[in-house]
Amino acid sequence: MSTLLIDIALFTILTVIGLAIARIRQLFAVAMLSGLFSLTCACIFVLQDAVDVAFTEAAVGAGMTTVLFLGALALTRSREESTPRSRSLPAMLAALATGALLIYASLDLPGFAAADAPVHRHPLTARYLQDSPSEIGIPNVVTSVLASYRGYDTFGEVVVVFTAGIAVLMLLGRGAATSVSAPARVQPLHQQNRVLRVVAKLLIPFILLFALYVQFHGDYGPGGGFQAGVIFASGLILYALVFGLDAARAVAPLAVLRGLASLGVLLYGGVGVATLLLGGAFLEYGRLGGGDALAGQHLGILLVELGVGICVTAAMILLFFSFAGRGAGRPGKTDE
Amino acid sequence: MTLLHLASDLLLGAGVLLVLTGAVGLHRLPEFFTRTHAASITDSAGAGLMLAGMLLRVEDGGTAVRLLLILLFLLFTSPTASHALAQAALQDGMTPLSGARERAR
Amino acid sequence: MLLAATLGLLVAMLLALARALMGPSLYDRILAVNSFGTKTVLVIAVIGCLTGRPDVLDIALTYALINFIGTVAVLKLSHYGEFGASSRRSGGDL
Repeated sequence: MSTLLIDIALFTILTVIGLAIARIRQLFAVAMLSGLFSLTCACIFVLQDAVDVAFTEAAVGAGMTTVLFLGALALTRSREESTPRSRSLPAMLAALATGALLIYASLDLPGFAAADAPVHRHPLTARYLQDSPSEIGIPNVVTSVLASYRGYDTFGEVVVVFTAGIAVLMLLGRGAATSVSAPARVQPLHQQNRVLRVVAKLLIPFILLFALYVQFHGDYGPGGGFQAGVIFASGLILYALVFGLDAARAVAPLAVLRGLASLGVLLYGGVGVATLLLGGAFLEYGRLGGGDALAGQHLGILLVELGVGICVTAAMILLFFSFAGRGAGRPGKTDE
Repeated sequence: MTLLHLASDLLLGAGVLLVLTGAVGLHRLPEFFTRTHAASITDSAGAGLMLAGMLLRVEDGGTAVRLLLILLFLLFTSPTASHALAQAALQDGMTPLSGARERAR
Repeated sequence: MLLAATLGLLVAMLLALARALMGPSLYDRILAVNSFGTKTVLVIAVIGCLTGRPDVLDIALTYALINFIGTVAVLKLSHYGEFGASSRRSGGDL
């Protein structure tokens, strides 16, 4: 009963944000509202007890995606044109029809948390939940499923992130080789914003340390490679925002980032090849531990999560540098 | 109901009241610079009291450390963000609502 | 009391959202979004206490940091029109 009220309130907020995103024309506001949408979704996921998903949603959806949307806005117009009536009416009918079809299809789904739902009756569920402590030995079942039982899928996901990084590099390029500083439009009240600099200097080491904590704590609580990679990238993005893109590029040169992105994927694949060479199947971690299957699983999961973290970090920073570098040298306040 | 539980409830209640006050202020105050005052109530006093209330309920040291870290980060980052925001607004030409301007008319 | 606290926070979030939708200037909206973010951090922490899962505090901590980064990003973008400027060279703020 108690969570029902919270659910109602959260879904109300979600609906209001959704309607606002559809109606508002100033794309800056829309970008920020979409960040809020992701954040509200993260709250809902926390309520549903899906903490790893909530973590990823908060880190990626509310942080990274908003920054990238804003970076894209810097490259285009910031105000949406109004669609003429002749196009908006059929579009609305199409959206309504699709929505109605989806709702009709969802009536076939089993009831929420029903005991006879296929996901509860399938023997694989019992196998994962009951045998995971003895076969893999880490407390967080989500990580054990993600990294070990379904390791091939996660390998695919890492390759997808890597491909996204490559695709953005190909489409947007490295950005301007030297950034052009925007002319100061108004005389600043004082020379430099020391407050922001000092606070950023204090926070950034902590953010990076926290990212490492999330990376290695993924075995015991919510966390893992994807979330850690995004948090690490956010730390560097804060550095780039406060101290300038040139300074950030000096810290993380593009060649190093490209190398790291590839290294992440190679690490993951390398673990698989190593297990092949040791006589097992691809990504059969038990072979890595000599005789001890549990130790092998621990080592394997550690290495592949590390590979995921490295690849995601490098790919996210590459995305940011591509967007920001492309926009460099285009001063001018975006109209509201 | 133990004393600790009661104290925790009181702190949480006070914290929520302050957060609501800040939110109402955000909604009702006339102008941007005045609204930053309202928002700062939430970030400092509201968050502090609520986190202190939750701190009294935890049994485990790691959770307590995390709550303290959240409080520390909110105290570090919120004033900085408001400062940067107000400064950017001033540079863009927004002037605060002030009695002097009214009297000068 | 935890439930009442959560509902109170959600009402406050709705009020902040109203300001984000109404705010006449961009800065009002940024302020409202930042405020919404802080309240979300508190909501996640309280829900964690309510459902007895202290691990969600990691999520709250993450978002407390990311909220700040998002606000700085929007400020820099709206002020300079692009992300790349070095504040030192231009002699300005941010």
